[in-house]
Amino acid sequence: MATQYEIVIGLEVHSELKTNSKIFCCSSTEFGGDPNTHICPVCLGLPGVLPVANKKVVEFAIKAGLALNCRIAEFSKFDRKNYYYPDLPKNYQISQYDLPIAEHGYLDITVDGQQKRIGITRVHMEEDAGKLNHEGESMATARYSLVDYNRTGVPLIEIVSEPDIRSPEEARLYLEKMKAILQYTGVSDCKMEEGSLRCDANISVRPVGQKEFGTRTELKNMNSFRALQKALEYEVERQIDVLEDGGRVIQETRTWDEARGITLSMRSKEEAHDYRYFPDPDLVPMIISPQWIEEIRQTLPELPDARRERYIRDYGLPPYDAEVITGSKELSDYFDEGLKHTGNAKALSNWVMGELLKFINASGISVADSDFPIRPASLAELVNLIDRGEISGKIAKDVFAEMQQKGDSPAAIVEAKGLKQISDQGAIAAVVDEVIANNPQSVEDFKNGKEKAIGFLVGQVMKATKGQANPGVVNQLLREKLK
Amino acid sequence: MQFNALTAHELHDKLVKKEISAVEITEAVFKRIDAVEEKVRSFVTQTRDKALETARAVDAKIGRGEEIGPLEGIPVVIKDNMCTEGILTTCSSKMLHNFVPPYSATVVEKLKQAGAVLIGKANLDEFAMGSSTENSRFFATRNPWDTERVPGGSSGGSAAAVAADETIYSLGSDTGGSIRQPASFCGVVGLKPTYGAVSRYGLIAFASSLDQIGPFAKDVRDCARVFSTIAGHDPKDSTSAEFEVPDYTSFLTGDVKGLRIGIPREYFVEGTDPGVKELIYNAINKFEELGAVCEETSLPHTEYALPVYYIIAPAEASSNLARYDGVRYGYRDESAEDIVTMFMRTRSEGFGTEVKRRIMLGTYALSSGYYDAYYLKALKVRTLIKQDFDRALEKFDVLISPTSPTPAFKYGEKAGDPMQMYLSDVFTISVNLAGIPGLTLPCGFVDGLPVGLQLMGRPFGEGTLFKAAYAFEQNTDFHLRKPNL
Ligand SMILES: [Zn+2]
Repeated sequence: MATQYEIVIGLEVHSELKTNSKIFCCSSTEFGGDPNTHICPVCLGLPGVLPVANKKVVEFAIKAGLALNCRIAEFSKFDRKNYYYPDLPKNYQISQYDLPIAEHGYLDITVDGQQKRIGITRVHMEEDAGKLNHEGESMATARYSLVDYNRTGVPLIEIVSEPDIRSPEEARLYLEKMKAILQYTGVSDCKMEEGSLRCDANISVRPVGQKEFGTRTELKNMNSFRALQKALEYEVERQIDVLEDGGRVIQETRTWDEARGITLSMRSKEEAHDYRYFPDPDLVPMIISPQWIEEIRQTLPELPDARRERYIRDYGLPPYDAEVITGSKELSDYFDEGLKHTGNAKALSNWVMGELLKFINASGISVADSDFPIRPASLAELVNLIDRGEISGKIAKDVFAEMQQKGDSPAAIVEAKGLKQISDQGAIAAVVDEVIANNPQSVEDFKNGKEKAIGFLVGQVMKATKGQANPGVVNQLLREKLK
Repeated sequence: MQFNALTAHELHDKLVKKEISAVEITEAVFKRIDAVEEKVRSFVTQTRDKALETARAVDAKIGRGEEIGPLEGIPVVIKDNMCTEGILTTCSSKMLHNFVPPYSATVVEKLKQAGAVLIGKANLDEFAMGSSTENSRFFATRNPWDTERVPGGSSGGSAAAVAADETIYSLGSDTGGSIRQPASFCGVVGLKPTYGAVSRYGLIAFASSLDQIGPFAKDVRDCARVFSTIAGHDPKDSTSAEFEVPDYTSFLTGDVKGLRIGIPREYFVEGTDPGVKELIYNAINKFEELGAVCEETSLPHTEYALPVYYIIAPAEASSNLARYDGVRYGYRDESAEDIVTMFMRTRSEGFGTEVKRRIMLGTYALSSGYYDAYYLKALKVRTLIKQDFDRALEKFDVLISPTSPTPAFKYGEKAGDPMQMYLSDVFTISVNLAGIPGLTLPCGFVDGLPVGLQLMGRPFGEGTLFKAAYAFEQNTDFHLRKPNL
């Protein structure tokens, strides 16, 4: 019988904190900008400069730590991580080594409807590096390389998980949940495309039942949730193939090649850096008072798990829907705003899960954008129009399509286009008479007990009224007249 | 007497009385530089035009009848490891031979606010690593008392310029004795302040947890005035302390009756020049005559100071000096075809032997597998050394010792033997490790060479050091003697 393998994954997530100024100087953290315009002597690491810790960065890191159920350190310090690279102006990165700001946390993910807890080892603060622009493929082959130090000194938190993740899918779910939590907390934008959320993975496999971990590899360069899952799936297969062929997995760093869909060796353990960490003598240790931690805890907003429970408990949303909506802070905020304008949460959730998500995916516009055409109040109004019987569900879809275009309120669209549902018996009766006269065969069938025939006749009436007739009223009139 | 030979407080009085002008003082100083600089070689850079411009502005202010501060219109030299906006700042290294900083150090800003006249930048041992200024990559500075001898280091240029009357006062930096040892060798007053008393912002780092900026002056009063001007909290330096800066000249009472002075026995052992020892004992007798109470005490971990220093300082230096790689500023080897070769050649050629030696020592001490045995152990012993001082300074107001075991030594005498060179700082290093203030002032001569007396005090106890030093100075004339150049 073939060996069954267990997958063991741990993730290192880097997230940029959205403070206005950098971690150790007053330069702006704004994304973009001409190269080397958001810089000063301090983040350029000029001779003689000194770093001064930005209190807001510490506050945000504590907030993230609390949101991830961590214990916040009362004594923490910054250390220097020494290595040479031209995007690092001091040739050391100010980071945290043995006394990180937060430790021993967790986050919960939902796998196949089951809740699973993933441990978080630590959260620490550090400064980002600059960006190299090669005139050529890579630094080795480039004619020359230019350095942009705008990102140098932008605050980051690194969040390290326990090796609790057991599948590439769980890894993706963990990262999605991490993004949601950091966004809810308001400490990061978590835009993977701008690099404000990055993820490295440690992965190994072992025969089921074996206690010791297998030899792990570290994966880098996964720039989307999908890439993370794909890279891990590839690496699982690769490692199992190596073992099945009687080989040994080599401890090394591998990079994900998105275009080819494979991982490639970057450097082996022997080539690994000795970072020569030591406490940064330019920065005094931080003593964090329990009062400050409490103050920050008070500012924590409702987090995704709490919100999901509220949706299920208070509004009776299906767990899956609640999970999807709360998975995105923007979408969830949108839903909450809509709820202020309608009492029918279930129907609103159906619209969000259906037509709204379809539109967002097709258009690529975010609900948080100021030019997103469908305001939460408008969608809620659409739900209310259906509930009051003013339009049918079918008409509502046409109205929704119209709302995407112009951003008008649904009531205004219904009014302007004359789409209001006809419930007046007199108006419908005339059409019913006409349909009965024109469809003798169906009338005959119905009278002979073929119940299905009534459906065809209702459809004919609806068609004649361009869908505006109230189908309930039509049905009722037909039955009366055909008695 | 020439104006350039006077002290800042004497010149200030003359400026206020309009007996002289700031321009005349500045001109006198440059005239002296023209006469003796060839022999002394204190300066890496001279800033004549800017100096005269500043002096003229001060004269205009005096002309308008406005009040001037104690350092206004008075020439100063700054060690060339402190950043001066728009003025070459080299650390006496090939690595920074062309570096013009876009900003000024906080101390430079403070002096500018005080109306000081910057006349130039002083030579030093490359990146402040050395005890003789022989490690300057440009040229060696000479001791004004005997030009065959070294001025000490690393702030040799700053000390020699004051002793040679090429300036009125100067600033240096002290990591293990780099102000006090050259002040002692050149016969001037020098202060290594409490760690955190003076902002390090803009001081090109050697060892961040030990470096402090401090003054060289012709007498204790000037030293106190300069320190009053440069001390204080700086939001740009997290390690600078928040404390009330007094007018330190208020401590210059001349009265040391009842002052408790401790004599650490570990500073009077074998290896110290007998002539130096005798002068220190004379000084102790003088203090007793003046009513101070002198008693022997002990700093038991003294013997570990040198090894601890030579782990901590190089470790920090190895990281602080990593930024000099040829990418952004300073020297770059242009022949390299790839980045790693550029890094290696730039650093091999840009740094001198002593700097490279310390970078290698420090890199080794921080390496995986050695960190606990060296760096971590050194930090623990450093704490013990600090506790020695805490205990001794509970009982005593001031501790007294020689500043250096010998007077100035000859060129090349120790250049080939780093250990002999390091021992020159054996009495000054502990003060940096403990973070306490240390002051040196002239206490006599051995074979015509000046000898310094070191006074050590409690953290932020500079006032007490000034008080003791001033009383001694008032009752001796060593500070009034001038070298024949
Ligand atoms: Zn900056």
